[in-house]
This record gives sequence, structure tokens and C-alpha cells, in this order.
Amino acid sequence: MNVWLNFLIESLAFGAVFMYGSTGEILTEKAGHLNLGIPGIMCMGGAGGCMVLNLIGKMNLPPFMVIILGVAGALVMSMLMGLIYSFLTVTLRANQNVTGLALTTFGVGLMKVIMSKLDPTVYLVGPKKIFRWPFADRTDALQYLGVLFFVGVAIAVIASYVLFRTKVGLRLRAVGENPGTADAVGVNVTRYKYLATCIGSGISGLGGFYCIIDYMASQEAYLSLEAFGWLSIALVIFALWRPHMTIIGSTVFGFLFSCSSYIANIEGITVTMAAKPLLKMLPYLVTILVLIVTSIRNKRENQPPASLGLAYFREER
Amino acid sequence: MEKKIALSMRGITKRFGGVVANHNVDLDIYEGEILSILGENGCGKTTLMNMISGIYFPDEGKIYKNGEEVVITSPKDAFDLKIGMIHQHFKLVDLFTAAENIVLGVNEKGQHNMKNVNSRVSQIAEKYGFHIDPQKKIYDMSVSEKQTVEIIKVLYRGADILILDEPTAVLTPQEIDRLFAVLRRMKEDGKSIIIITHKLHEVLSVSDRVAILRKGEHIATVDTCDATESSLTEMMVGKKVTLDIGRTDPVNVQPRLEVKELNCIDAEGIQVLKDITFTANSGEILGIAGIAGSGQRELLEAIAGLQPIASGQIIFNNPKKDKPVTFFHKSLKRVKEMAAQDAFHDKNGAPMRFKGMSNAQIKAQVAAENVLFREDEVMNLRGKTPLEIRSLGVRLSFVPEDRLGMGLVGSMGITDNMMLRSYRKGHAGFVDRKQPKALAEDIIKELEVVTPGVNTPVRRLSGGNVQKVLVGREIAFAPKVLMAAYPVRGLDINSSYTIYNLLNKQKQNGVAVIFVGEDLDVLLALCDRIMVINSGKVTGMVDARTATKEEIGLMMTQTDTPAKEVAQ
Amino acid sequence: MSEQKKRAAHEPLFHLAKRTDVNPVRAWVIRLVAILLGMLACGLVAFALIEKLNQNPEKITDFYYSFIKGSFTTERKLWKFLKNMAILQCISLAVTPAFRMRFWNIGAEGQTLMGVLGSITVAFYLGGKIPEWQLLILMFIAALIYGAVWAVIPALFKAKWNTNETLFTLMMNYVATYVVSYFLVIWVPSGSSTLGKLKFGKLPPLPFGNQYLLIILIVLALTVFLFIYLKYSKQGYEISVVGESIRTAQYSGINVEKVIIRTMVVSGLLCGLAGYLIGAGLDQSVTTESVGGQGFTAIIVSWLANFNPIVMIITSALISFLNSGAAQISQDFNVSGALPDVIVGIILFFIIGCEFFINYKMVFRHAANGKGAAK
Repeated sequence: MNVWLNFLIESLAFGAVFMYGSTGEILTEKAGHLNLGIPGIMCMGGAGGCMVLNLIGKMNLPPFMVIILGVAGALVMSMLMGLIYSFLTVTLRANQNVTGLALTTFGVGLMKVIMSKLDPTVYLVGPKKIFRWPFADRTDALQYLGVLFFVGVAIAVIASYVLFRTKVGLRLRAVGENPGTADAVGVNVTRYKYLATCIGSGISGLGGFYCIIDYMASQEAYLSLEAFGWLSIALVIFALWRPHMTIIGSTVFGFLFSCSSYIANIEGITVTMAAKPLLKMLPYLVTILVLIVTSIRNKRENQPPASLGLAYFREER
Repeated sequence: MEKKIALSMRGITKRFGGVVANHNVDLDIYEGEILSILGENGCGKTTLMNMISGIYFPDEGKIYKNGEEVVITSPKDAFDLKIGMIHQHFKLVDLFTAAENIVLGVNEKGQHNMKNVNSRVSQIAEKYGFHIDPQKKIYDMSVSEKQTVEIIKVLYRGADILILDEPTAVLTPQEIDRLFAVLRRMKEDGKSIIIITHKLHEVLSVSDRVAILRKGEHIATVDTCDATESSLTEMMVGKKVTLDIGRTDPVNVQPRLEVKELNCIDAEGIQVLKDITFTANSGEILGIAGIAGSGQRELLEAIAGLQPIASGQIIFNNPKKDKPVTFFHKSLKRVKEMAAQDAFHDKNGAPMRFKGMSNAQIKAQVAAENVLFREDEVMNLRGKTPLEIRSLGVRLSFVPEDRLGMGLVGSMGITDNMMLRSYRKGHAGFVDRKQPKALAEDIIKELEVVTPGVNTPVRRLSGGNVQKVLVGREIAFAPKVLMAAYPVRGLDINSSYTIYNLLNKQKQNGVAVIFVGEDLDVLLALCDRIMVINSGKVTGMVDARTATKEEIGLMMTQTDTPAKEVAQ
Repeated sequence: MSEQKKRAAHEPLFHLAKRTDVNPVRAWVIRLVAILLGMLACGLVAFALIEKLNQNPEKITDFYYSFIKGSFTTERKLWKFLKNMAILQCISLAVTPAFRMRFWNIGAEGQTLMGVLGSITVAFYLGGKIPEWQLLILMFIAALIYGAVWAVIPALFKAKWNTNETLFTLMMNYVATYVVSYFLVIWVPSGSSTLGKLKFGKLPPLPFGNQYLLIILIVLALTVFLFIYLKYSKQGYEISVVGESIRTAQYSGINVEKVIIRTMVVSGLLCGLAGYLIGAGLDQSVTTESVGGQGFTAIIVSWLANFNPIVMIITSALISFLNSGAAQISQDFNVSGALPDVIVGIILFFIIGCEFFINYKMVFRHAANGKGAAK
């Protein structure tokens, strides 16, 4: 395959990790909650899925059952994390930044403890082939485009549709913009915040699982997850709070991030060792650039939800 | 004809922390009537209504709808019972269109069909005589358009009890008339309407009955036809009060602040002030009237150095000051020449011509700073920061509209808030809290501020006390120009009169007072002249002693009125 | 009738109200209870995670004893605990001025790392070529400059265009990480990217007491300094006003842009100082993990102390105590080195959550059935 096409596909596949992460984060932010716990949640999503696979890996279940159970494991774990976050920030009205950071500390730590107990020959070697369907036998970048990649794209598109075209989306955006207003017209603010956070966490968690089981498919994969989580939060800004935009944004991020290892393989280009870290810096620099540009342009529709980061208490006087 | 009771409240009590907002309130509202809830600010009117609309839940007591006991724990319950409330601070999502706001939270099956929504909105609007563009975004709307959206929002849900919290506070007299016409039509339609207000003439003109609340308790409910302004006030305040602001004639009027062809463009590129020209004189109160958001805030902030100015001048005439002559700029010969032309005077104001004085004597007099001359201090404040304005010696005080968000720091005590003006004084890097503390204690004593102590966060004080602290600080600064934006908003009658008195006293001391107000009755009674602004332009300057409310109301709206509003 | 029953069931038992007065004694009791409950929860989680414990439940006493053992049983451990606490306290102090200004600087990790890099860069190139005392001074200056530059970049954009500082500083952490790995690649030609302990540029210990005493005393002095700076200086007053309301600050003539930039420079300088203490005082080397997440932990420490430098001594002690205790546990029970994060995370959940019970109260509805409406 053409080197550049291969590179593009690899970027798409890599980007899907961030796409999951930031689609989940967008849902949460649209409910008015800046969830800095996303890295921890993605880690725990990955750990949850792998735990299940570790249990069922030797049972010889039909492939679709393996996929469903693995996904279920990732969803349950990450949504539990989302539940902790929502309980603290919605019900107990705790500071969102601090809660998020604590959640990330906890999630990353717990994942490392769990993963160190699992057996990669069981949770990874067999299931990897199943999750990489339909291109599992390819040797080029197409092999990474497994089931979960397509599910991820579908989720991003559906999330956009729900947010901007449906009644539920209208209410959710109202909650994030002005919870007092949403409350006064009878929208159950607490329920929407909980649901958006938990579903968003579930989606992000799937990203972690996808990264470990499909894209990276190595036993060290989990060690990079935290960094990918932070990048997912950055991608939210890049995508201007629109889930479908994460598909493009994540590809750009994937491209920049894999540049360092990929460019060296392309003929005619030589990369020194020292340039690698500089290339890896690019996604972060680009995010900073986007952040600056949007703040300078200051367009109303491209701003974060108005009540982002603020706790809502109906009887506030 | 016996009317049916639509809603009744029995024994309603609500506390916030240690404060009792409502105590044992009983109230009935009939079908097809307009009931006013009258009371001073802070008497619990809004809290009481919030318990019907599901924002608060009563600590004690019961609510009955059509004779049946109901429990309202959330706004959704209220909507299910066909109760809708239009809050004073509109509850709209700025980023959404009118239609999206109206339909938000409505329980229909399936997705909202925006076409159906639009046509239903138009139907409702036609029935009661509104005009509305369902596709318009809220952030593009005027205050009265937003209110229309709020009312339609409630009607769309089929409410038959409507509660309006201070609906007229931000409207012009003409808009108020239009609103009242709509409300009367709704009443004829059999709906029950509750208006929360503290304006007596509105109560008398629109409502059938008035319920008076005082300090959280229900004092009485009377038929409007049996009530007069003074009887209502007496019930509201609990004692006889004289409603006379006591305006004095201006003395020693001289131009103090001249604004010339001022233009301002805000961050979003909209021209908020257009060619504003006026003069504020010492010893008089200049009122500024206009619909909310017509540029009042920008004008005051431009003068205070807080708003960038596109073009124009702001000239400040400091009263002429005596200054000693020095030989730094002028030679002895020049001094003698000027003395012959009567340019100098001594400390008692008598002319100094150096008759029969030797050069040495003249020099001695000059060195002793006994030879004085008057210097005109005309300063242009354009493009200066607040700090630069102050260091020029311009004593400009500003009581902004947003007391806790701009004038004061809510989480700090009175002492620390006094320091906002003066913290730069004193030794090196450290703040001095002694003088501010003394000033804080003075203000507490002089203006009778009710507070547990000088260090209690001002956020915890009541609205009237917060305002006293702010106005007190600004007056302590001995201003030459005092600007006050909506200084009595949200204050009870007694506090309002304290503020009026303070402003009047400043006027008598020769200060040029600029007063931005919303209540035209107050503007007409307090000010000497009233300037009307409309969409950032001056549309009139009238003598407050002769002008009428209607005249001013017309000036507030006449130009740039959108065609559709005229069409009504 | 059934309708009425449904309504009665619908009626809430209690509702929430915000407390207007917060009793400090009560608040600390609540926090203490929260920590104890958190410890209990840690024990439960430990059963699930630690096989040794699962098999021998009676070892749970060892589990809790390990916390004490981690910090207090030997003099060496005690000093190490104090050193860890001092470094954490130093970074927490660094983020505090910005937080009091409501500038959500979560880039302390990167700023401190740049401080380490700054001092090590000087030591790497000049070590042995100039007298040690000059080297130490140059390292100190470099660390401060690196930290301040890293902090002031987001501040400039915040001041000028109101660019979201939370996300900006977050990104800067990662940029810092890669800057460090870039220099490691250049400095270590072998390709291992691990810089050994440098021979020069070591902060000498005090002639008396423990080797860590100097660091501890520096941080202690800094704590007092920052407390005075924030509470009694004009700049501290300006920070509080800007933090409360930018409009009020402008109104009172404060140059908001200047205060934002100046305060972030102060934050960055302090981060740089923390980096110097790590680089010159402890490691004499730099890796991408030199700060090891303490920049994030410091945010929590500062917030828990309500941005009060003196109270911060307690909160940083608590977090350090938990960290070394949990590290001891992973050693004693032979589990992954990530266990401290889990334990600290759980206890943080409880402390963060308990603030709710300090600031709000549940009001139970009396006279629910209408008997005695007027109590």
C-alpha cells in the first residue's frame, strides 16, 4: 500500500482513541461538567474490559460474545468511575477540577494494579484477533481498523445527532448553558447531569479499551493511556464541542502523534533521534494554537458551555 | 357572581438559615382575576411565589389547587398543575432561539416538530396580541422581546395560573401599557394572574385585588377599588410615611463635566454610544432615563475610564484653584508685569500689585508662597484609566449598577472594601488597615448599616445595607462628580429614601450628581434635569420640574423603533 | 384517596439548605470523620486487591500499621517523610497565588519540571568549570527563570485574550515533558536517555542536623513569607480582588492584566524554586518523571487548605503521610507500586465529598401531615 495512505489509516486508527475520549468528554461538558478524570476513566475502561477478557479468554466463546462481554466490562468499569464523579460533583457539589484530578490519580493507579495481575497471553493474544475483525490478517495499517473503530465513528456521529437534533440534546445543552433555566422549565437537571456524565464516561472508557486491545495491542499499552486521556480533553477544544468534529480532529492528532515513529520509515526522510521528542510535542502545541485562535476570534457559538465548572444548587440565594 | 378559587395557600412558612422569609401565609387566588402581591423588597413576595412554581419547597404549610391538596416539589410539578412563573431575571438560554426556549422541557411525544411549534407560537401570540419571531436568538433580543418569549413559554404549556415577578421593572411606559392590555385579555380568558410588584400606581391600575406582605407575613388582602396609594403604603411599611423626596433648587450652577460627541464601540463591534453630548453641572442632579441596556452603563463606564472610547471628549472642569507663583517658569520682570494686570492675589483673595515693594521684598513674598494666582484646571479624561484619572486629582465617584460584582468585593468585610479606593496609600508594599477600619466604623454609624461587624463579608448583608456601604465609601471620597447607576434598585422604601437624601445632600454641597434610574416617577421627583437616551443616542433633555412621564416614555422609544412594534 | 396517598409519598422528607455560618470546629470534625471513613474504605479495597490480605484477613492490622510504619518508625523514615512533605508543600505554595486569583493553573507539574531542567542544564554545562558556589547560584537563577517563563506564557494569553488557562497550562505540562526528553537525547548519546547523577551542583547540607534540614527550613520560611505576602501586602490584596471579580478590580483602578501576569510569575518562580530543590537539593539529575505528578497533587493540597499557606502544612502532611504509608504497604504486601495512588485517590474522594456536609445541611420537614402548621 502507498506509504502515505498507510500513514493516513494509521492516523485514523490512532485517532480513534482520542475520538472516544473526547466524544465522552463533550457529552459531560455539555452538561456543564469539566471532567478532568477522563484519563483515569479511560484507564479504568481499559482495565475493565481486559479483566473480563482475562476471565473468559480461555473459554472459547463465540467471537461476538467475546466482543460484547469485553465491551460490557469496559462500560461497567468506566461508568462506575463516572458515577463516582457525578455523585461528588452533582450531588455533593464538589469542585470539579479537584474531583477530576483525584479521579485520574485513583483510576490510573488502580488500572496499573489491576493490569499487573492480568495475563497478557489470555486477555490479549486471542481476543486481539477477534477485535481486529474484519482486517485482522492484514499486515499494513488496515489491521488496526477493527470493530471498535467503526463503533467509535458511529458513536461520534450519533452523539452529534442527539446533541443538536433531538429533544434530549436540546435539554442537555440547556442544562450546560443555564441549569437554572432548564430547571425552571421542568428539566430534571440532576438526572441529565448524571446521565451525560455516566454515558460520556462509558464512551471514553471504550476508548481506553480500544487502545489496549486493538490499536496498540501490547501489554505495555496501558502505560500510555493517561497521556492519551489528557490529549482527549485537549481535542474537545479542537473540535469546538461538536462530537462529529472529533473524527477529523482525532485524525490530525493521530497524524501528529505518530509522525515521530512513522516519518522515519518513509524513504528520503531522515529523522534524528533528537527530533522525535520535538515531533511528539506537536499535538500539544497544535492544541495550544487552537485554544489561542478560538479565544482571539471569540465567536459565541464556539465557546465552552456557559455554566461549565459551576455547581448548580436550586435554592441558591 | 361567585368566583371559583383557583389556588390557595395555607400556613406557608419558609426559612433560609436563620432568616424567616415567609411566616404562616394564607392566600387565595380566584379564576379570572389579576391579583397583585405588594410588598417592599425583601418582604418575601418572590419566595412565596417560588413555592408555587416549584423552585422552593415550603418548610410548613399546604397548597390547594381547585380545592385539592397538591405537592409541588419541582417546576415540573408546577407545570403539570398548569402553573407558570415568569421570573424577574429571565430564565432563557441565550444561545437558543425563541422557539427552542419555548419548547424546552415540554413533554410531547417524539421529537419537537419545529414547524408545528412555530405555528402554535404564532397562534398564541395572535390570540393575546403579541409579536414574536420564533427563529430569533435570545442574545439578539431586547428586554421586552425576552419577556414576550417568557410569557409565551408559559402559555404554550397551557398554564392557567400565571405569576409575573416585577414584570414592569425594565419596560417603558408604553410597553407597560401593552403588557397590561395582554394581561387583561388573559384575565377575560379565565386565567388567574399574579403580579409581584412594589409599584403602587401599577397595582391600582391593573389588579382586581391586592395582597400585602410585610416582613414575610401576609398583612391583608383588599379590593383595589377600596385602596389608595397611601393606604397601601401604610400597610406595606407598617407606619405612615411621607413620599416626598424633597428637591431643593440648584445653587451655584457651573459646568463641571462636559461630554462631547462621545462614541463607543463594544467588544463585539456594536456601537453602544453614538455622539453623546451633554453637560453635568455642579449643584444639580442630572437624571438619565432610558430602557435598560440603552447605553447607560457604557456611558458611565466611559466617563470612569472603564470603557474604551472610539471618539469624543470628556472634559472635567475642576473648580479653579489658588496656586502660588514661582520663579521657576517666570522671570521677576514677567511677574511684575502680570501683577500690574491684576493676575495675582493674596491668601484672602485681595489683589496683589506689589505697590511700593522692592525686588527683594517681592522675592520674599513669592518664596513664602504668599503670591497666588488662579489656575483653570480643565482636563480631558478621554483615554485615561481610572487610576490616571484619580492621580490627576479628579474626584470622580461612581456607584455602579452591579454592587457586589463591581462596586464591592462580596467575600470581603467592610474594612477591606473601603480599601478598594485607598489601599495604594501608605508605606511600601504593605496595606494599612487602620484608616479604612475607622472609615468603615464611621459609615456603619452614620448611615446606620446593620452588620455583625466590620469584617463580616458584605455579601451577607441585605441589599439596602450593601448599598449604604458602597454609597458611603464613594461619598467619603469627597467627590466633585458623583455618578450613581440604579442606586435604589432592590431597596426597601426607607433605604431608598436614605439614598435620595444622601444624593440631595451632595447636590447641595456643589457636587455634580448623575443619577441613572428606571422608575420615571423617582427621576421626575429627584432630578433637576433629565437626559433621555435611546439605543446609545441622546433623544432628549428635559426639565424635570415640567416634564411628564409620557413625554419621557416617548423619547425612550421613538427613534429606531422596529417597524413590527409600531405595527401593533 | 389513592391520589392523596400518592401525593403524600411524593412529598420530600427533607431538602437541602446552604449553611450561612460555618463552625470551624465542626468542619474539622467532619473532615476527620471523612478521613477515617476513607481509611475504612481503603481497607475494603485492599481486601480485593491484595491477595496476601485476602488469604489472611487478620493481617488487616498490619495493613493499617504500615501507614505508621511508612513515616514514623525510624528516624530516617521520619526525615524522608518531612522531605517529601516539604517538596509537596513548596509546589502547593507555588500554585496558591494563582488559585487565589481564580487562575486555574494546573501546570505546576510542567513549571516545576522546567525548574529542574533549568538547574540541571547549568550543572551539566558548567559543572566543574566554575566554583561550586557560583554554580549553585547560577543553577538557582536558571531554575527560577525556567519556571517563571513556563508560567508566564499562559498568563500572557489569559491577560490579553482570556484564553482558557486550565487547558493551556495542562498542555504546557506535556510540552515540558518532551522538552526534557529532547535534552536527554542530546546529553546522553548512548540512546538510553538516562542521565546519571551529576558530580557537581549539589546543595550542601547544613553543618548540623539532617541532610534534608536545609530544604525543610527553606520551605518553612517560604510558607511564612507567602502567608504574609497574601494577607498583608498590597499585591496580595490585589490578587484577592482580581480573584473575586475582575470588574471590581478594573473599577478600583487595578491593572488586571498586570496582576495576572505578575501573579503567574510569582507562581512560576516558586515552582522554579521547587524544581531547584529537587534538582540541586536531591536528585542532581533530571528525568521526565522528576516531579512525578506532585504538580497535580499540589493543586489538591492547596485547595484542601482553602488556599491558606499555614493550613497547607496540615494538608501536605496528610497527603505525604498517605503516600509513604501506601508505599510501605506495597512493599510489605508485595503489590504494584501504583497502590499509593489508589489509596490517596480513595481518601481524597471522602475529603472532597465531606465539604458538602460542611457547607450544606439537610432540613427535615416537620409537621409533614399538617398537624401544627405553625410550630
